[in-house]
Amino acid sequence: MTVTFLPLQEMIRAIRSARTQCEERGVIQRECAAIRAQFRQADNGGRSHNLAKLLYVHMLGYPAHFGQMECVRMIASPRYSEKRVGYLGAMMLLDEKQDASLLITNSIKNDLSNSNQYIQSLALCTLACMGSAEMCRDLAPEIDRLLRASNSYIKKKAALCAVHIVRKVHDLGELFTKAARSLLTEKNHGVVHGAVVLITELCERNSETLERFRKTVPDLVQIMKGLVISGYSPDHDVAGISDPFLQVRILRLLRILGRNNEAASDAMNDLLAQVATNTDSTKTVGNAVLYETVLTVLDIKSESGLRVLAVNILGRFLLNNDRNIRYIAMTSLQKIVGTDHNAVQRHRGTIVDCLKDQDASVKRRALELSLALVSASNIRSMMKELLSFLSSCPPELRSQTASGIFNAAERYAPSQRWHIDTILHVLTTAGGDVRDETVPNLIQLITNTSELHCYTVHKLYRALLSDISQQPLVQVACWCIGEYGDLLLTGECQETEPVQVTEDYVLDVLETVLQSHMSSPSTRGFALTATMKLSTRITENVDRIRSIVSIYGSCIDVELQQRAVEYNALFKKYDHMRAAVLERMPVIEKNSQGHTNGETIKESQTVKVKPGEPQQPANQVQANAAFYTVFSIVATVTVYEKDGVTVTLSCEKQSDSGLTVTLTASNSTESDIRGFTLQAAVPKSVQLHMKAPSGDSLPARGTAKLVFTFADMSEVYETKVSPVTS
Amino acid sequence: MNNVATLESAHDPAVSESTGILRLQGLITGLQGFIWAAYKMMRFLLLFSRQGKLRLQKWFTPLTDREKKKVIRDMMMLVLARPPRSCNFLQWRDLKIVYKRYASLYFCAGLEDKDNELLALEVLHRYVELLDKYFGNVCELDIIFNFEKAYFILDEFLMGGEILETSKLAVGVSMEEADTLQETMEEYMSKPAY
Repeated sequence: MTVTFLPLQEMIRAIRSARTQCEERGVIQRECAAIRAQFRQADNGGRSHNLAKLLYVHMLGYPAHFGQMECVRMIASPRYSEKRVGYLGAMMLLDEKQDASLLITNSIKNDLSNSNQYIQSLALCTLACMGSAEMCRDLAPEIDRLLRASNSYIKKKAALCAVHIVRKVHDLGELFTKAARSLLTEKNHGVVHGAVVLITELCERNSETLERFRKTVPDLVQIMKGLVISGYSPDHDVAGISDPFLQVRILRLLRILGRNNEAASDAMNDLLAQVATNTDSTKTVGNAVLYETVLTVLDIKSESGLRVLAVNILGRFLLNNDRNIRYIAMTSLQKIVGTDHNAVQRHRGTIVDCLKDQDASVKRRALELSLALVSASNIRSMMKELLSFLSSCPPELRSQTASGIFNAAERYAPSQRWHIDTILHVLTTAGGDVRDETVPNLIQLITNTSELHCYTVHKLYRALLSDISQQPLVQVACWCIGEYGDLLLTGECQETEPVQVTEDYVLDVLETVLQSHMSSPSTRGFALTATMKLSTRITENVDRIRSIVSIYGSCIDVELQQRAVEYNALFKKYDHMRAAVLERMPVIEKNSQGHTNGETIKESQTVKVKPGEPQQPANQVQANAAFYTVFSIVATVTVYEKDGVTVTLSCEKQSDSGLTVTLTASNSTESDIRGFTLQAAVPKSVQLHMKAPSGDSLPARGTAKLVFTFADMSEVYETKVSPVTS
Repeated sequence: MNNVATLESAHDPAVSESTGILRLQGLITGLQGFIWAAYKMMRFLLLFSRQGKLRLQKWFTPLTDREKKKVIRDMMMLVLARPPRSCNFLQWRDLKIVYKRYASLYFCAGLEDKDNELLALEVLHRYVELLDKYFGNVCELDIIFNFEKAYFILDEFLMGGEILETSKLAVGVSMEEADTLQETMEEYMSKPAY
């Protein structure tokens, strides 16, 4: 018999001794060519070796699809060695998506009835690994037969094969229900384990089946008791626990059966208490069983004593030296922090200590749990811990920590000043990881805390002096200085030590931000607008502001340039309006999401309207605050309602320089109104073109409406909305 | 022979080897049968060396080749980067991954959300014990040169992501008996070819 191929082990050696990737590829290509040739040749005793070689090559990551048909052929071979490798190949190279997988269905069917149990087991294993839905449907009756009448070796495999079938084709669950029930009475642990898994699967898929299987709870309790109390069994013992795998599976099934059912939960109460108290917890395996017990107790309708026992076990886990145990303790506590909040609060100290653990996974769990445990009573101490965690935590956890802190602060802040301090602290330590809406939220908070304006602007000024790299912080600081710069200059402050600065110093700081390469474009926008605002709050250096603004009129950044040009125009042409435009912002009300701008018109009929929704980023609020007019708002507003006549106003932006205002008048009285005319007056800077109205009489009872259209061609009041640049 | 390393069962908590659980998320496609979070034991089991060479891969859900390669890459990246003495459990996407290092090999299993991580550690340990019993003081080379046997042993222990046999003895007996069925060359050639 000529052997022209390398035996498997030789090939592996050859591949391993290749010194470079290129060499390895060469060896593999040669071997694959030889394998392909061998596949085409007649049988020469080396077929299983060839396929095995191909599978090895496949594991290294090289393509091996040409071996699929060979797998199919080998599976049909009468030789056990070939079948074995053939089935292994099928599991590795074929999956249910390949067409070739259907070809092995017949072989599997034949092998399932083979007299040799090891051949049967190959077929079962492969079916459970990659059986498609059609194959499962085809072979399900066979599996059912094997579940009932065969030896325990085959029964346990058939059980898990049935599990796979049920997962693929839910309806077939019905088929296995009876057999599953009877398997529970077997002695062989493997079979019982398989039965428990199968029953679990059936109960999860179908609630009727679940009802039926509730009757098995006493049997399961019996089996479990047997395992817990039984003496040493060398076959199944793991560190003193008898068959922990089976125990865990039974506990899991009990969980499903006891959920939402008083009777079933009662029946298992004693058992769970026994397992919880008697299981040795010095080794991992004991803790695995305890863990599953705790999960079960917390999930079913257990009595309160048992529940307390379970939470205490988790508390003990938290103090365990083993990191794994602490990790899973926190995972479980996370699940029950909603329902058993007080019980978990008792362990808050340990959990917070875990924040300082070296391990990243433990830290993450501790963070999530700590955030869930924050409440009004412990906010101050918890925040201290969280803030110190923030300064040393791994980068992937920063943004989660920051947003967690913000949420907690918003809900439980004991005072405004504390709230502002906390946010500022976060911005200084982790400014780069906060979410975008932090800036407008903080600005709103500051605006609304009018008594702390002086304090806030001082704090922010100092922060700006030390570091201008954290963009959110710089943006808020610039905004504040722009708004409340005059408070800085008075040299007085109640809450904190005041700074002694001149106007020049303040402008210096803002200019540094403007010129720094660290500042993002939107930050520079903030700084420029702040500088402009200061022109109405300072007295001496207005010229300096004028020159800054005119310099930036030729800035390359279009956004900045536009602002500068507009501010320039404000200086040159509309100086009389400057003070009004740039005056202090009113208190921003926190509006709901669906708020439309139109509603704000009703509250202030003056030209200077409140800024838009607080949800908009602050720089947009900035830009628009100066230039919002009644006309830039798209909405329908009722402006006159008297004596049965209703006049509504609606605006539409037609072009960049034009706006159409439509007045609709309707009449709800009994008689017609004739000679209805409208007159409009606008400031000199606005040009108005009135189109002919649709009529001059209002018929009775609003059956028709008169429409007046104004086209407003204004240059100055451009209603350009700056895009969000964050 | 170079690279001889012995797999020690470092199960005693006093000798803490690094283990970890990683979570995989959103990776599994073609899940028509798995709409509910089934209490599946495992989604996959991987063995790889410290140098990032794959030694065994068992998939319990259908994935395309590309997806499998992605999982393997990500697992290696995450697990090999873990410092020693870390927690054995990690979260990655929406799966938990349990890993344990035995000498030069990392055993890495991907679990569903509802699975018991501590038990998974026991499963990995049991598999190592089975390999050890079969090969006699197993080392990485045994698994390299006899990878089919490693698969056969695994198939006697786990099936469809669930534990098949909880007794060490029983698995050993099955392997022995199955091996006797493997024909010698004479028997081989005397049987009719397909």
